[in-house]
This record gives sequence, structure tokens and C-alpha cells, in this order.
Amino acid sequence: MSSIIVDQLNYVYSPGTAYEKHALKDINLVINDGEYIGLIGHTGSGKSTLIQHLNGLIKATAGTIYYNGEDIYDKNYNMKGLRSKVGLVFQYPEHQLFETTVYKDVSFGPKNLGLEQLEIDLRTYEAVKMVGLGDDILDASPFELSGGQKRRVAIAGVLAMKPEVLILDEPTAGLDPKGRDEILEQIAKLHRDSKITIILVSHSMEDVAKYADRLIVMNKGGIVYNGMPHEVFVHYKELEKIGLAAPQVTYVMNELNNMGFSVNPSVTTVEEATEEVVRALSQTYTSRRKIKND
Amino acid sequence: MGMIKAHNLVFEYIRRDEEGNVESINRAIDNVNIDVTKGDFVAILGANGSGKSTMAKHINAILTPTEGTVWVNGMDTKNEEKLWEIRQTAGMVFQNPDNQIIATVVEEDVGFGAENLGVPTEEIWTRVEESLKAAGMLEYRHHSPNKLSGGQKQRVAIAGIMAMKPECIVLDEPTAMLDPIGRKEVLQTIKELNKKEKVTVLLITHYMEEVIHADKVIVMDQGKVVMQGTPREIFSKVDELKQYCLAVPQVTELAYELSKKGFAIPKGILTVKELVEAINSIA
Repeated sequence: MSSIIVDQLNYVYSPGTAYEKHALKDINLVINDGEYIGLIGHTGSGKSTLIQHLNGLIKATAGTIYYNGEDIYDKNYNMKGLRSKVGLVFQYPEHQLFETTVYKDVSFGPKNLGLEQLEIDLRTYEAVKMVGLGDDILDASPFELSGGQKRRVAIAGVLAMKPEVLILDEPTAGLDPKGRDEILEQIAKLHRDSKITIILVSHSMEDVAKYADRLIVMNKGGIVYNGMPHEVFVHYKELEKIGLAAPQVTYVMNELNNMGFSVNPSVTTVEEATEEVVRALSQTYTSRRKIKND
Repeated sequence: MGMIKAHNLVFEYIRRDEEGNVESINRAIDNVNIDVTKGDFVAILGANGSGKSTMAKHINAILTPTEGTVWVNGMDTKNEEKLWEIRQTAGMVFQNPDNQIIATVVEEDVGFGAENLGVPTEEIWTRVEESLKAAGMLEYRHHSPNKLSGGQKQRVAIAGIMAMKPECIVLDEPTAMLDPIGRKEVLQTIKELNKKEKVTVLLITHYMEEVIHADKVIVMDQGKVVMQGTPREIFSKVDELKQYCLAVPQVTELAYELSKKGFAIPKGILTVKELVEAINSIA
């Protein structure tokens, strides 16, 4: 069963004014339960506009979205319910922390859902644990924490709503490589353990290549590629034209391939590339030895 | 003497309670010595909280040392009489482009700093034109900064600093909030300023790819300088970099993995071209 179907979605900003902009054009998309999607595209390609449609923050100009088979623009549709099922973590989410303690901040969402105190407590503890923070942090002021910790607290606030789909808009922007890896590993773990659907918006081709099952590439408000990382990065020349790129190792593999090495040009991670090069090099060694022996 | 010199620099963030008693001391910079030669392109790498931004703020006297001394073009940053001269010598560009734009038209924004220095009006316009040209933003001079992309805004911020004719420009993670195109544009601008205008550049960043063209790389960890050298020297020490929570570019890592497996790949590979050539030469 598929959880999100986007059907002929169009969105026009400020229609009828000088600033009118057709931000989304005829988007058709299916996102299945439990998938890990990487959403890429350069600034202004429509990524952020699209994800804000998915939890009903923006209403489409035309077309519709079905969540678990229900039309979210239906008059009787429970939009508040949708927002708790589709969690959206904005860019620099730590700017939205506002409470005096981590506990209060993370429990703010569940409290607003009108849950019982015990359930609120449970969800708060669980969410904080899910982002890899200890209980001791609950009484601290969010503003005393490091940048990476603040960001996790903000993500925990969304997780405490128990979303079925988690959308993250560049969750690693401004973090150092270690902080970046920690957050991405935590998200991957969440995806594995709780089978939650992940949509990751990122500028890092290396990161989406490593983590996502499927990539959606946007340009000028439309979807230009939709497929496995290997399938998408084969089009690295076209990706460059729309301001994107392939991971560095994809370029290495293509160069080697052009020089006559038998390596798979669609490789995207360092591990895969190492294997490919080792295999290609040992092949040439063997064939040379063969020629020598002959 | 070099353009920027720090001698035994220590900086402590001291937190006090309402009565002024010391609550906690955080030593952000711990006995740092650096020497940046005029005209160099120097990159500072380090994890979050390693002290690199605190270091940057010492170079144009936003912060002054708790202990030790910083000289900018021979001027001690503790000398308050020299404050304006120091800030004119070392211009600073910050991470968030939106926090640095103040005017409603690009060219006015670029002229703002020079105007505050009391540069004559005619001279300001010449400088605005020159710096917009150097930053590749001349065609946007009459635009509103609000409508520009992040990379373009950063280049406007750089042009604004250039119009003050600094000898040195310090950039604190100028590309952290930009997409790949924006990053490329800004880096290109920085490289050109260094090459063509001979401006000394100090670039602070998390992105290893951005430092491969630097003359020198300084790695900071917990307030200390832990590694110094050319990009090639630094990137040949993959394990050590990882220990400081830094990551190397994919090609460098691939080269490192291959050499670990016994292939004769040279250390410190920095570009796709170098790696492809190295693999080809051993095949």
C-alpha cells in the first residue's frame, strides 16, 4: 500500500501579481510506506514548496494529494491529523526552540494533541532517546546546548508526534562532518527500526547516494529524474546542467571507464568504488601475467 | 612580519552571575601561534566548537585576547586607537548572507562600508564598480538584494568588503548555507580576489573540497592548532583528520582505501584527475 500519491499537483505563488511564479508544474509522484527518498534540486527548484504541500502547509492551486488513499483536500479531511502523521523538520530547526527546558520543548507537540500526561512523558523520553540524547539533557535549557544537540532536540520535538512520514529539509546544514554523520546515521537507524518513511532534502549528492533508496530530482518546478541513485547519477552531465552533480567517485569511475577500464560507471559510494577498482586492477594484472606466460 | 600573526593566543569565554562572580570559564582558544604571509590563501578547518570562529573574530578585533597577542599588518589588536585601521585592513564575511545585507539596492549596499570610512563620494562609486566587477556581480548593481540567490548575496557581501580596500579578508564559513552552485560561485570569487587583487585570504570552512587550492591549511581542535601544512600534506593523513571529526573528499578517501589494499597510489590525492592518472599508471 502506498502512503502518499501526488496527482497533477500545481502551485502558483502570488497569482495575478507581478511576482507570479509557477513553482510546481504537474507533479505526479508516489511515495510508498517505509521508503527512504532523497529529494534534490538547486535553490528555487521547488523542493521546499513540494514538501510543504505534503503536510498541508500550502494548498495546491490545482491537482491533489492522497494520503493513505484519502484526498487531503476533501472538505471533511482531518488536516490536523495529517500534520501529526507527516512531520516536517525545517532548515535550521533549532531556531524554533522556544521553551525553557528540553523536556518542555519536546513535549509541546504531544501536549497540544491533548494526550494524557503519562503518554506525553513516554513519547518525550522515547523521542529524546531516538535522536541519541541522554535523559540527563531533559532539564537543561535548549539554549545551553551545542549546535548539533539543539538540532537533535528540534528533531525530537517532531518525532514526539509519532509521525508516519518524516520530512527533513537539509538537516545537516552548518554541521561539521562528524555532526553530519551522526544525524544521518540516527535518521537511518530510525528508518530501519521504526519503519518510518523518510524524505531527505539535501544538497549533498554523496549523502543522498549513501542513504536513500530512491532519488527525486527537481528542476524549475518539475520532476526530471525519479529512480535509484545508480540510475539517476548516470545522467551526471544532465545533472550538471541543472546545477547539480554526481558524487565524486562517479566521475572517477566514468573517467576510468572511458580509458578502457572495465569498471561500473554508475557507482556512487567509496566502498563500491574501492571494490570496482580493485577488481579492475587485478583483472589487468592477471591478463598481463597471462600474456607473459604465453 | 606577516599579514596576521598570533603569538601564544589564549581566549576564554567567562560567564558571570548577577553579582559578577565567575560561574564558568570556557577556554575557546588555547595557546595558538599562527603566521599568515601577505598574499597567501590560508584555510582553517575544524569541527564545531574547535575555536575557529573565535580565532576569526580576533583578526578584526571583534574579540581581543585574554592572553597573548594578535597583530594585523603589524598592529596589535589590543591597541584601541588602531581599531578602525585594523578593521579596514582585515574585512570579514560571515556565514549567513541575509544578516549582512543592509541596503535596498545592491550598489548602495556595497558602498556602505566605504562610505562609513569617509571615502569621498566619487571614489566610492569607482570602488563600488570595481568590487562588483571583481565579484562578478556588476550586472546586478541596480537590483534589490532580496531577489538574489544565497550565493549572489554572499558575493555582494564580499564586494562590500572589497570596496573598503582591505589587505586581508576573513571569511567565516561563507558557503555553509549555499547550494552547490552558490558554493562554486563564491569560491571562484574568493580565489580570484586572492590571485588577481593579491588580497590575503583566510577561509574558515567545514568543506574539505574548498581548501584544496589553499596555499596552507591549518586544522584546529579544542582550541589548539593540531595540524599545519599544504593541502596535500594534510590530506595524506586521513586517519588523523578523522580523529579531529573531519572528513576528506571522496577521491582522497578512495585513494586512501586503495593504498591500504596495497596498491601504489600516492598519498594526499586531491582531485578526480590525479586519482584517475594514478590508477592508470599502476594498471
